[in-house]
Amino acid sequence: MTDVPVTTRKDWTTDQEVRWCPGCGDYSILTAVQLLMPELGVRREDTVFVSGIGCAARFPYYMNTYGLHAIHGRSPAVATGLAMARGDLHVWVVGGDGDMMSIGGNHLIHALRRNVNLNILLFNNQIYGLTKGQYSPTSERGKVTKSTPHGSVEQPFNAISLALGAEASFVARTHDMDRGHMQEMFRRAHSHPGAAFVEVFQNCNVFNDGAFAAITKRDARDSMLIDLRHGEPVRFGADGEFGVVMDGGRARVAKVAEVGVDALVVHDEADPDPSMAFALSRLANTNDVPTPIGVFRAVERSEYGSAVTSQIAASQSKAGPGDLRKLLHSRPTWQVA
Amino acid sequence: MTETSARTQEVRTTDGIVLRFAGDSGDGMQLTGDRFTSASALFGNDLATLPEFPAEIRAPAGTLAGVSSFQVHISDHDITTPGDAPTVLVAMNPAALQSDLHLLKPGGTVIVNADAFNERNLAKAGYESNPLEDGSLDGYTVVTAPMTDLTKRACQDLGVKPRDAERSKNFFALGLVSWLYSRPVKPTVDWIDGKFAGRDTVIAANKAAFAAGHAFGETAELGASRLMVNPAELEPGTYTNINGNTALSWGLIAASQQAGIPLFLGSYPITPASDVLHELARHKNFGVRTLQAEDEIGAVGAALGAAYGGHIGVTTTSGPGMALKAETVGLAVSLEVPLVVIDIQRGGPSTGLPTKTEAADLLMAMYGRHGEAPLPIVAAQSPSDCFFTAIEAVRLAVEHRTPVILLSDGYLANSSEPWRIPDVEQLDSIAVNFASKPNHVNDEGESVFWPFRRDERLVRPWAIPGTPGLMHRIGGIEKEDGSGNISYEPDNHQAMVRLRAERIALIAHHIPPAEIVGDPDASVAVVSWGSTWGAITSARRRIESAGRRLAHIHLRHLNPLPANLGDLLRSFERVVVPEMNTGQLCRMLRAEYLVDARSVTKVSGQPFTAAELVEAIGEAIGATGEQR
Repeated sequence: MTDVPVTTRKDWTTDQEVRWCPGCGDYSILTAVQLLMPELGVRREDTVFVSGIGCAARFPYYMNTYGLHAIHGRSPAVATGLAMARGDLHVWVVGGDGDMMSIGGNHLIHALRRNVNLNILLFNNQIYGLTKGQYSPTSERGKVTKSTPHGSVEQPFNAISLALGAEASFVARTHDMDRGHMQEMFRRAHSHPGAAFVEVFQNCNVFNDGAFAAITKRDARDSMLIDLRHGEPVRFGADGEFGVVMDGGRARVAKVAEVGVDALVVHDEADPDPSMAFALSRLANTNDVPTPIGVFRAVERSEYGSAVTSQIAASQSKAGPGDLRKLLHSRPTWQVA
Repeated sequence: MTETSARTQEVRTTDGIVLRFAGDSGDGMQLTGDRFTSASALFGNDLATLPEFPAEIRAPAGTLAGVSSFQVHISDHDITTPGDAPTVLVAMNPAALQSDLHLLKPGGTVIVNADAFNERNLAKAGYESNPLEDGSLDGYTVVTAPMTDLTKRACQDLGVKPRDAERSKNFFALGLVSWLYSRPVKPTVDWIDGKFAGRDTVIAANKAAFAAGHAFGETAELGASRLMVNPAELEPGTYTNINGNTALSWGLIAASQQAGIPLFLGSYPITPASDVLHELARHKNFGVRTLQAEDEIGAVGAALGAAYGGHIGVTTTSGPGMALKAETVGLAVSLEVPLVVIDIQRGGPSTGLPTKTEAADLLMAMYGRHGEAPLPIVAAQSPSDCFFTAIEAVRLAVEHRTPVILLSDGYLANSSEPWRIPDVEQLDSIAVNFASKPNHVNDEGESVFWPFRRDERLVRPWAIPGTPGLMHRIGGIEKEDGSGNISYEPDNHQAMVRLRAERIALIAHHIPPAEIVGDPDASVAVVSWGSTWGAITSARRRIESAGRRLAHIHLRHLNPLPANLGDLLRSFERVVVPEMNTGQLCRMLRAEYLVDARSVTKVSGQPFTAAELVEAIGEAIGATGEQR
């Protein structure tokens, strides 16, 4: 990290015209990232943004780094190859809920399971934007869209639960109305060795406006967002009057006055067992109840690319560096004179 | 093996034998055939093999569905096929005899495990009477041996359980044929020691069975003549016996060494391609990274990501996987990044015939992507040629910044042949030139990097992440030529479609011209690609020795085709194109050159035999009126 030149947001910004709809939540996420990058102490040329298809997937064009805009759903796979090949890079993956949880669901869960060194940002707006308004795998049951005129009959994914189920070593949630919180989560993701998954509640003001308003608008946050803090009791409300307790194996919101402070769950993001994190993720499956944000889970686990690199190093120290001539003669041979 | 009871029997010399081992999937026929092959290779014969096994791991024992076979052709001269018809059939049970007897040459030798010919097994194989007793084998020389019983007896004092001892009966069969066909004993004994090291009773049982089979040959009145196939006169050098998938894997490693950048394989298990993943996974000391991906799409996606990062990105698969990878290959066409996509073809469509060969993916390789998405295609012609074809695929991909499809097939993948090991100093080099500085001055007079600024071959720079000052964004959306910025301009798209086609077409100037083997003045030319090379070469030699003339043009490069091919083809009265599909190359040649090429096809899951081709080509020669 020595000699990394001092940069400003301008250095991380391209000359490309940003083509999201005016008012899109993606703008605030882009701003948060561009402002954060100079603080991370990394070089632009060592940073790569990889994306799939969708509104969010245009993100790399606006970052003055290396950028690869791939195809629908495949960004975690493409990024896996890149990160395995190039452990020296900082690889970010950006995509929406359709891209990463529907068509690319398989690649996402396996990138998380393998713990590839990627920072995966899921812009969850619970709708398909680029194709103009179909329901997504995170849309709520009953959602009326062009492709569900009578309402969706599908159970949505809870992205945090899914990531935890996929053995992710770092799982966090933030939202597009709070730059400071976003930057804190992105910074944590960046410093986490292995796959870091950050769900960003993102407003699509054209096709799903206000989807998260009940929990993210300024005057609702105190009572509707449960800010998870490592080592502290899980507590929220303007005066901390609410908290989370475990009740019959489930997490539940309670009034602190009724249960007492000692009954509150103390958040442990480093718990090797993801059960408590999963229970917290189940507190909210709709956007009209108190919803946890912050780091659900951050555990240390062998990072995939470095594990592969160590095997290569071990193999080279044992067998010596590859010798092609030796390889070609490694099976029984005979001479013809 | 033992001196004590050896009868002296005359050994007759022959120029070649085609031996077919057939038995139940659990009988170890692939291993037996492989050992016979290795001993013959070390002895110095030329050889070619054809393993055939069911797609099921263990079909019900004793049934026709469970028959697994291994054919090997050993010869005292240069050969190119595993033989049209076996001269010897080793049948370990009635099902094997029922399934494979029709392949045997009239008058050939049948060697059977008599113990397996009981009522139950006969019924399972659909025999109403015992063929060993009812005279139905009268036209053949029959050698019967109670292999199961003699194997058990040989093992009885070794502390091996009778059930385990029975499993060594394939070594009894191997011992017997090793005696009958005068194979050296030592390579097999050494191999048993190495393979089963640490499992002393298994070593003892296999050696005892092998010795018992050998002794049985020496002592029993077999009624079959003992044959010897002398070493072949091959080009001087050091040889090893190699199959197509191993040669392919080694070729990829060699290419990585020649290019000086690491190899990355993204793959998903699929028959008959998995062995390339297995082989490459073993060679981490060459810096090889292998990823067994979550699916075929993940595999090619990761390979593309690694290629973007400056590695040699490779993905291996077979037909069904090719279908799944198509969109990502199209992305590589659009991005103009090096990517090697290897298709070990098998019978299709859909799951088709996973363990049988076919070469019906050529048009998919040509056209199986949406939009205009041309890319180079190369095909291997023999097991050992997979080595050189892999290097060529990497060379084209890296030097021309394009995805390349390499076509092999199930037959090449599993067949083996002696290979004169090349001098690694003589291998082609592969030029990797990563971009390191800006390549354009913009309107403001600043030096900038344009990712799609092309050289004289229309090749764009390969600027890998980590290179200061060359940060750029590229994707699958149409790009403005030069700057690489997103462009939806009609004229730009038209220009880019043409540029992508032209740059692939230009590769014709960077590959060798097509060459004629045989008589350039013949009236008939055979044009071929892929594994048909062996059978066609064998057929050409037979046609020539019958005093007729034939030209053979074999294509390694299928897109672009060699620049001289059209002129060559037009110089023949008739062009015949044998293919293991329904006429795909033939269609391409007719479309490209307006020549009246005629198709000869076979899609039975089996390679062509030379005899089939001699007949088909003979008809074509006859039709031209050329005299014998």
